[in-house]
Amino acid sequence: MHEQDQQIKFYQTGTFTVGNRLLAENQRSVQADMHRTNSLNSGHRACQGCGEALGARYAIDAAMQATGNQLIAVNATGCLEVFSTPYPETSWQIPWIHSLFGNAAAVASGVAAAQRALGRPDVRVIAQGGDGGTTDIGFGCLSGMFERNDDVLYICYDNEAYMNTGVQRSSATPPAARTATTPALGPAPGNVFGTGKNVPRIAMAHRIPYVATASVSNLRDLERKVRHAMGIHGARYIHIFVPCPLGWGSAPADTIKLARLAVETGLFPLFEAHDGQVTSSTPIRHKVPVTEYLKLQKRYAHLFGKEPDLGRIAQIQGMADRNVDDFGLLQ
Amino acid sequence: MLKQTEGSHAVAEAIALCRPQVICAYPITPQTHIVEGLGEMVKAEELKKCEFINVESEFAALSVAIGASAAGVRTYTATSSQGLLFMAEAVYNAAGLGLPIVMTIGNRAIGAPINIWNDHSDSMSMRDAGWIQLYAETNQEALDLHIQAFRLAEELSCPVMVCMDGFILTHAYERVDMPTQQQVDAYLPPYSPRQILDPADPVSIGAMVGPEAFTEVRYLSHHKQLRALDLIPELAAEFKAQFGRDSGGLIRTYRTDDAETIVVALGSVNGTVQEVVDEMRARGSRIGSVSIGSFRPFPLDPLREALKAAKRVVVLEKCLAVGLGGIVSDGVRKSLSGIVLNGYTVIAGLGGRAITRASLTRLFEDAERDALEQVTFLDLNADVVSYELERESQTRRTGPTAEAILRRIGTVASNIG
Repeated sequence: MHEQDQQIKFYQTGTFTVGNRLLAENQRSVQADMHRTNSLNSGHRACQGCGEALGARYAIDAAMQATGNQLIAVNATGCLEVFSTPYPETSWQIPWIHSLFGNAAAVASGVAAAQRALGRPDVRVIAQGGDGGTTDIGFGCLSGMFERNDDVLYICYDNEAYMNTGVQRSSATPPAARTATTPALGPAPGNVFGTGKNVPRIAMAHRIPYVATASVSNLRDLERKVRHAMGIHGARYIHIFVPCPLGWGSAPADTIKLARLAVETGLFPLFEAHDGQVTSSTPIRHKVPVTEYLKLQKRYAHLFGKEPDLGRIAQIQGMADRNVDDFGLLQ
Repeated sequence: MLKQTEGSHAVAEAIALCRPQVICAYPITPQTHIVEGLGEMVKAEELKKCEFINVESEFAALSVAIGASAAGVRTYTATSSQGLLFMAEAVYNAAGLGLPIVMTIGNRAIGAPINIWNDHSDSMSMRDAGWIQLYAETNQEALDLHIQAFRLAEELSCPVMVCMDGFILTHAYERVDMPTQQQVDAYLPPYSPRQILDPADPVSIGAMVGPEAFTEVRYLSHHKQLRALDLIPELAAEFKAQFGRDSGGLIRTYRTDDAETIVVALGSVNGTVQEVVDEMRARGSRIGSVSIGSFRPFPLDPLREALKAAKRVVVLEKCLAVGLGGIVSDGVRKSLSGIVLNGYTVIAGLGGRAITRASLTRLFEDAERDALEQVTFLDLNADVVSYELERESQTRRTGPTAEAILRRIGTVASNIG
């Protein structure tokens, strides 16, 4: 196991600035490495506090390190694409292509096929998109890429709505959340309580070699999962939770905090699965009630008026509790 | 080598001779036999160093092709009809990105009503997508055009559609002259991409372009097609020198020199048109025809040259601009700007309706007398149409139209041919 892949846990109170300074050099994160590639370079146009920009920066630099910089990235249409490549500028320091909203997985399959045809097994391929480009419009191509077991790591940066077009509901938008197309109006304000669409589990149902969830609150873990994924061939999927201050109505400074609360409430469980079976999950040390998470976001403000919507808050708490049970997060 | 083979299989063999490196396949009638043929060749390792990818939709087929082409390999796919519409977004995208993908269109009607037979509605729907569009008259030409298409696409960095009539060509067994690998290699050099996703020299492809540069990018696509107006005849001439036969080119004229009436058409129907021209010439008519080989770029100048001395032009189209009439006619009339002659649009062969010599003879004789309407639907069953219109005027809830017409006509088979 690479030194960086060791499970290192920081137990701190009062501050969350756990740092590489506490570690030996060979244990430090990719981002702490002087030779990190800055694949998504500074100067892009992401909003303050953008979880997606942070997640992509860590993910792609980790993948670059894992592949000896032999990496090609394919991007779905969306915030990441728009804020990183306003013509004639680009933040990408790696070969990068954007084709359409719904075809990133298929384009990546094509890039991977070309590497086989060219006899370049060392050149690896990542596809990336937001939740809209992944769980909705790109879902057919994603499933096709999984089913063929094409040699692609697909990363979904999930901010739970169509943020680039102005915060409309996607199939990843959680129940009760207010978006531009699920306004906080009427007797059941916000998004419906549907059955949900858990794409990591759908990926697992394809029995692809590797599926993981990750969060920008656990960046070492995120880096480790990306590095691990790049050590495997075949179709791989990492679903990264990335808060969006603009769409969620949260403070830019709270992005990491919200991501951590999503994990600690149980709303976004962190786990890994190999060949369709869960092989690890990140336990919750102190479980937090969902209200702590919901209250920081204006998209849930309608749940906390003069008369809090206790019934629907309880339903959301129920979702978190089920995740905790399903993945055994309170060990 | 001369051989008797199915059109689709001839095309598959020609594609294999072009040494494609990635082929994406999704079934849709009537192009399916082409990718089946290629799949067999890859599986049997007759076609080496080629990745054959079975995808989940036409949208994915062209998307995989986009990724492969951008990664620097020679890429091919094929589709028809609904499949072309399903990949429409990627069709525009491939052209916008300047990726030299070659795609066969086994021309087929578009539903509803669902129809698997031949017309040109599918490829015509993508006429402004930025692809070069070549139309084959025969299976030999379909085969040859694919070899020229890769050369053309790669020289211009522009995708090319080779359109061949579904069933009429794709499923017809005809004699073809299959070139050797050596001949094709001499004509078609290995692919040298203008842009490539390469970790050693990273580029960003597909950036967002605003009003400050979008027009220029679009103009350059137009400019590419204008260059193709020169390149297509050059490549056809070079092809003739190397392979010894005429294939491709912008337009082909048939007995037009002293013609008063000239018929313009695309694709396989030109064979029938030429037979009728011969018969009418034998009876003293001054009639000729023009086959448009390249619909995009549209050969305005050669057409003008071919048509300028005629008294009338009949554009025979296997497609319909609903609410206007002809699609090809628009281009033909543009080529005649300033020239006064009678122009007729004839919509024929929709959804596989046979275009017979008898019907064409009647049609062209009417044209010679200038007795045609501006827009004519060849062999339209006026009784059925009047009956349905009458029924619709009498009853509000008439139910689905196509089904009502089928009930009126009776069995379908008795009305084909």
